[in-house]
Amino acid sequence: MTIIHTDRLHREFTVGTRLRRRRVTAVADVTLTVEPGDAVGFLGPNGAGKSTTIKMLTGVLVPTSGWARVCGLDPVRQRRELARRIGVVFGQRSQLWWDLPLVESFDLHGAIHRVPSARFRERLDECVQLLDMAPFLATPVRQLSLGQRMRGEVTAALLHSPRLLVLDEPTIGLDLASKERLRGFLSTVNARGDVTLLLTTHDLPDVERLCRRVIVIDRGRVLVDDELSTLRARFAGNRALVVELTEPIPPLLGLPGVVDVSVQAQGLRQRLEFTQAVNAAELIAAVAARAPLRDVAIAEPSIEDLVRALYATEDSPAR
Amino acid sequence: MAELPPVESSPRHRSVYPRILASRLRSQLAYPGSFALDVVAQIIGQAIELLGILVVFTQVRSLGGFSSTEVVLMYGLAATAFGLAILCVEQIEKLPEYVRTGQFDVMLLRPLSTLAQLLTADLALKRLGRVGTGLAVLGWSLTTLQLDWTPVRALVAATAPLVGAVILAALFVAANTVSFWLIDGQEAANSVTYGSNFATSYPITVYGPWLRRLMCFVLPGAFVAYFPALALLGRPDPLGLPDALRYSPPLVAALTVALTTLIWRAGVRHYQGTGS
Repeated sequence: MTIIHTDRLHREFTVGTRLRRRRVTAVADVTLTVEPGDAVGFLGPNGAGKSTTIKMLTGVLVPTSGWARVCGLDPVRQRRELARRIGVVFGQRSQLWWDLPLVESFDLHGAIHRVPSARFRERLDECVQLLDMAPFLATPVRQLSLGQRMRGEVTAALLHSPRLLVLDEPTIGLDLASKERLRGFLSTVNARGDVTLLLTTHDLPDVERLCRRVIVIDRGRVLVDDELSTLRARFAGNRALVVELTEPIPPLLGLPGVVDVSVQAQGLRQRLEFTQAVNAAELIAAVAARAPLRDVAIAEPSIEDLVRALYATEDSPAR
Repeated sequence: MAELPPVESSPRHRSVYPRILASRLRSQLAYPGSFALDVVAQIIGQAIELLGILVVFTQVRSLGGFSSTEVVLMYGLAATAFGLAILCVEQIEKLPEYVRTGQFDVMLLRPLSTLAQLLTADLALKRLGRVGTGLAVLGWSLTTLQLDWTPVRALVAATAPLVGAVILAALFVAANTVSFWLIDGQEAANSVTYGSNFATSYPITVYGPWLRRLMCFVLPGAFVAYFPALALLGRPDPLGLPDALRYSPPLVAALTVALTTLIWRAGVRHYQGTGS
């Protein structure tokens, strides 16, 4: 059964004051299908319509026109039935009880979703182990760090074995280690094939790690709906190698694959933009052969870069 | 749909709201000192209103055709009903906050009624102070008045505070539902909630005709204390309203609840229609 199916899903909002009202289109005729087990990254700049789409898919918001079926249900009219079959994590909104120990929030979630005791225990133990939550299970949610809380949020959303897990900006504000742990967990859960993932993010590594398929949306319209690998081959922007040197040297020109060099801090820091033709390790080795390296960093192309590249290539209306 | 796993139901999970409430209780009793202080403040707050009535009676022999003890009976009925109502539905006042912060979305994402979730989001147990004051005053007036007890009157005495609480609770919820449309509509709602505590404590005969009609037929405050008191006192209505009205509060409560449910649904639909 198709997990998500929408047909020309459309949403407008009225904004402004009583005197000066106008209609704004947040989501414009979005048609998409998501099959079981898929892992879909839902990308786009701020205000592109990602959250509005997710709200319509989860029954929080009524579409202005068009329709959606999620797990075969009408999200608004069958909100409660749907809630039993999906899990939703909003990075900015907690579904946990802030004044209860984390484990008690889990208990309440189990009760709300009527998860049989045995299955509940099994599911919880697994999440606790994979997400390393044992040290803070008894801590009140308000005292958890953001990373700990997000692990709790994801667990709460999974306790009732949903068929679809929707994550809105799950890694926002997390440090690198926390991001990596969460990505590893989600990818394990998805790899088993019983949970379909739909996530919005600004973080390209989230997508690379988790998603096989990418939907790029901007100004309410689907720009691209394709396999990640296809998309990357077509559009991925250049990466940049930022090298810190122990002594200033002239610009590192003429390295293979490097299309642009910018010099900062009197030559102590140089930024080398390089194409897919060369890999980062080769480039670092080439730089190390010519200059005394102190530190290196690689800047990935951002979602915004990707969208900009899409606009430049696709025949789309001028911004 | 055949592929969906059946939604299991086991006895231990049938009672989710008591479990939610129990967790609220634990979190409140974590600070017993502050809790005790809150309860005392509620007792004093409610008692001061009684003092207001007694002060009036130092100047007059009767108020709207009722003696001081009879008015105190109405006060006792009204205070108990108000205490019970606010104990159960005080959380409704948080609705604007839930809407503004988007936390209401989280409630829509759970397989439970949104209203039930909101009302159980916390427990205003300190309001037991008000209930206690109301019950004490009610008990005192019922024994002092030397009523002619019949089974029907005993039933009215036992159920009137509960029925009144249902009416008031539904009224508070309905008034606060305005927050779905007006994010700053709370003040208007508060005037209904807290105004009713004051207004229902007096016989409606003291009010002008328009206010009386409002309390009989629009915001049914007269059914909380005035009509049940007439039933208990067994005296004719000074306003000449039909006797049947004094036994009608349960019906009025059912109607108020039904109407409030419709208003709440319309509010949620409006929220889903506009977004936060």
